[in-house]
Amino acid sequence: MSKRETDEVTGVETTGHEWDGIKELDNPLPRWWLWVFWACVAYAIVYWILMPAWPGINGYTKGVMGHSDRAQVARELETLREVRGEGAARLTNATLQEIEADPDLQQYALAVGQSVFGDNCATCHGVGGAGAKGYPNLLDDIWLWDGTLDGIHQTLQVGIRSGAEGARFSQMPAFGRDQLLTSAQINDLTELVMVLSRREADQEAVGRARPIYAEQCASCHGAAGLGDHTQGAPNLTDAEWLYGASREEIRTQIWSGRNGVMPAWAGRFDDETLKALAVYVHANAGGR
Amino acid sequence: MNHSITEPDRAPLDAVLLYVLTGLLALGAIFATAFSDDRLFRFHGYLLIAAFTLAFALLTVAMSSGRLRSPPGRYADGVIRAGVIATMFWGVVGLLVGVVIAAQLAWPNLMYFPEHGWLNFGRLRPLHTSGVIFAFGGNALIATSFYVVQRTSKARLAGGVWPWFVFWGYQLFIVLAATGYLAGITQSREYAEPEWYVDLWLTVVWVAYLLVFLGTLWKRKEPHIYVANWFYLAFIVTIALLHVINNLAMPVGALHHRSYSLFAGVQDALTQWWYGHNAVGFFLTAGFLGMMYYFVPKRAERPVYSYRLSIVHFWSLIFIYIWAGPHHLHYTALPQWTQTLGMTFSIMLWMPSWGGMINGLMTLSGAWDKLRTDPVIRMMVVAIAFYGMSTFEGPLMSIRAVNSLSHYTDWTIGHVHSGALGWVGFISFGAMYCMVPWLWKKDRLYSNQLVEWHFWIATTGILLYICAMWVSGIMEGLMWREYTSQGFLANAFVETVAAKHVENVIRMVGGLMYLSGALIMSYNLWRTVRLPSPVSAATTPAPSLIPAE
Repeated sequence: MSKRETDEVTGVETTGHEWDGIKELDNPLPRWWLWVFWACVAYAIVYWILMPAWPGINGYTKGVMGHSDRAQVARELETLREVRGEGAARLTNATLQEIEADPDLQQYALAVGQSVFGDNCATCHGVGGAGAKGYPNLLDDIWLWDGTLDGIHQTLQVGIRSGAEGARFSQMPAFGRDQLLTSAQINDLTELVMVLSRREADQEAVGRARPIYAEQCASCHGAAGLGDHTQGAPNLTDAEWLYGASREEIRTQIWSGRNGVMPAWAGRFDDETLKALAVYVHANAGGR
Repeated sequence: MNHSITEPDRAPLDAVLLYVLTGLLALGAIFATAFSDDRLFRFHGYLLIAAFTLAFALLTVAMSSGRLRSPPGRYADGVIRAGVIATMFWGVVGLLVGVVIAAQLAWPNLMYFPEHGWLNFGRLRPLHTSGVIFAFGGNALIATSFYVVQRTSKARLAGGVWPWFVFWGYQLFIVLAATGYLAGITQSREYAEPEWYVDLWLTVVWVAYLLVFLGTLWKRKEPHIYVANWFYLAFIVTIALLHVINNLAMPVGALHHRSYSLFAGVQDALTQWWYGHNAVGFFLTAGFLGMMYYFVPKRAERPVYSYRLSIVHFWSLIFIYIWAGPHHLHYTALPQWTQTLGMTFSIMLWMPSWGGMINGLMTLSGAWDKLRTDPVIRMMVVAIAFYGMSTFEGPLMSIRAVNSLSHYTDWTIGHVHSGALGWVGFISFGAMYCMVPWLWKKDRLYSNQLVEWHFWIATTGILLYICAMWVSGIMEGLMWREYTSQGFLANAFVETVAAKHVENVIRMVGGLMYLSGALIMSYNLWRTVRLPSPVSAATTPAPSLIPAE
């Protein structure tokens, strides 16, 4: 049925099969191919002897090297602890103030803080901590809530509007959306806030807004607009704006009252890490 | 029953069966949609109603006008022509979405609408992967397998109109999957995102595909089964197995889109990557090797280099590949012995993979001059070269020590794309360039010059892409593991993301070039189809199915 023939170009015989004009040469397996294949098989067999490999009824072959990933992780963590020295133990026992007072320990806390901040806080506050629209800048000494070392530590643990037990909480009303004030009144208030932060504004509107401010805003932001750390109410007289400094942004904030959320980190970080993070953030903000 | 087959006016049995099935499916879709209180399920229900009623109406017209007959003396080429068009269409769509998400990785705010999720990276990414693997690759495989199995068996496709069911059923699967991703319907299994009802539909289509393929082999008038068909068959059978097992799940309700996997924890992860890796092995490797084994010797007009090598590398590939999945889970909760087996089998897989490369490249001995004159051959040879490179890189990356650096980085993305763009893409493009003139009875392509342009633009694009990914992958791998002298991680994750911005831009440019090549090709193929047919073709009788000696 099949007829072997010799290929003119290579001088090799065909197998005699043909499909739609396609024939096959009867070349042997390339030697190097076969040898590399067997070498790979040999490598696998040696690896099986050395390392955990084949499952049985009661467990698996452990390998003559006695290697285990679990043991290796334990060793690497131990090495890491040695490199880090005794800092972790000292963090546990020291108060926040003691950590800040001891240059060596503070140095250690800053290293922990930077490492943790980069992978957890930077998502919102930025890699360096400079913040973004809606996320406070942590590099200045201007705070919405208590900016002392203990205050920062507290904020880190419970978060802001996080729903956690004891979370810091306050609410900027949505004066426009919830129809607490008219659109015209909100325009007037916007002018007043412009004046508070020492910018030019429509004086007539400011005059109209003063009684509204006293009634609606002063309880949190203060009569002079200096804000209140216990309520997380921003100071309206400085140049730092969470949602933007422009007239439009200020009006939008009065209208719809955005209230940002920060998660509670207690339970996600251990106590030493929370302390280190507080020291790190406090130092970045000037350390006062 | 015998009467209905011999009577000329009656519709053939296969068409009647399909007609009844389509009608039942249309009814089923209407009831399922009417009684479901799940908004997303109803959305797909409406799509199914539209598809099945349209199919039912078209079948009614076709049957009453006496079409749907299968002249036994001719090859069934219509469904292959449709497959070529679908391949190019989905190819362009899939590549376009790839360019978009590459741009989103470089500029994260691009097309990001927090209120509407449809165009977010998370939804577009499976659209890209499924689009290029299953829509482009799958259509290319179905079309070429139908072409190859007929020619190498000297038999018309089995099943009458059922190859058309396979084709349209598969397109329906693609549309269900793609619209589902955009609407947020996913079971979150990589490369197996479609939900349970879409999986069931694909199973039906796939079984029909298997039966058509086996039926054609059964009817063959050649004494032996050609090697390309072994690979195609291994691809079809194994994908059926992988698809069914990995998608075993319990729906929340019979008329609800959501389902939960039967597996949990590390078993779930291993099942998923047993599937994921063998989708690479049997869809993207075995299937496309089948393509190579026909189109390379056919185009080069040379015999296949070694019959023995094809047997040995086929069986070793099939046997070893199925074990390699655990290398996707190195240094995870997966027991270490399982990782060992995954790694060592991946290393043993190196030469079985290269057997295909050797057989492909050496088939050109005696025809190497065609690399200069025929850009289509050049494209297929470069495909084989990329195949060789990525099947070397794969075992290398499966070594645990290498993997601890490469895993989760862009290096993996580069590796996948040297295989996908270089091997899968180029071998499919080569096959399409071959088939279009053959299927539409033209004596040449519209322009070899345009094939040259396609080749060089796309090849440069691939190189830009994979080099950028090597650089950014190794860079971010090193950054992730870097410790300060005090023993703390030196880089925040977001810093490693920022560090590879330039590489991400280069990757997008590479992808854009590859897409441009595919657009040039689509234009070239369209003009080829529009060429006047040579006089000789019109007068030649239909291809006879008499076997060669």
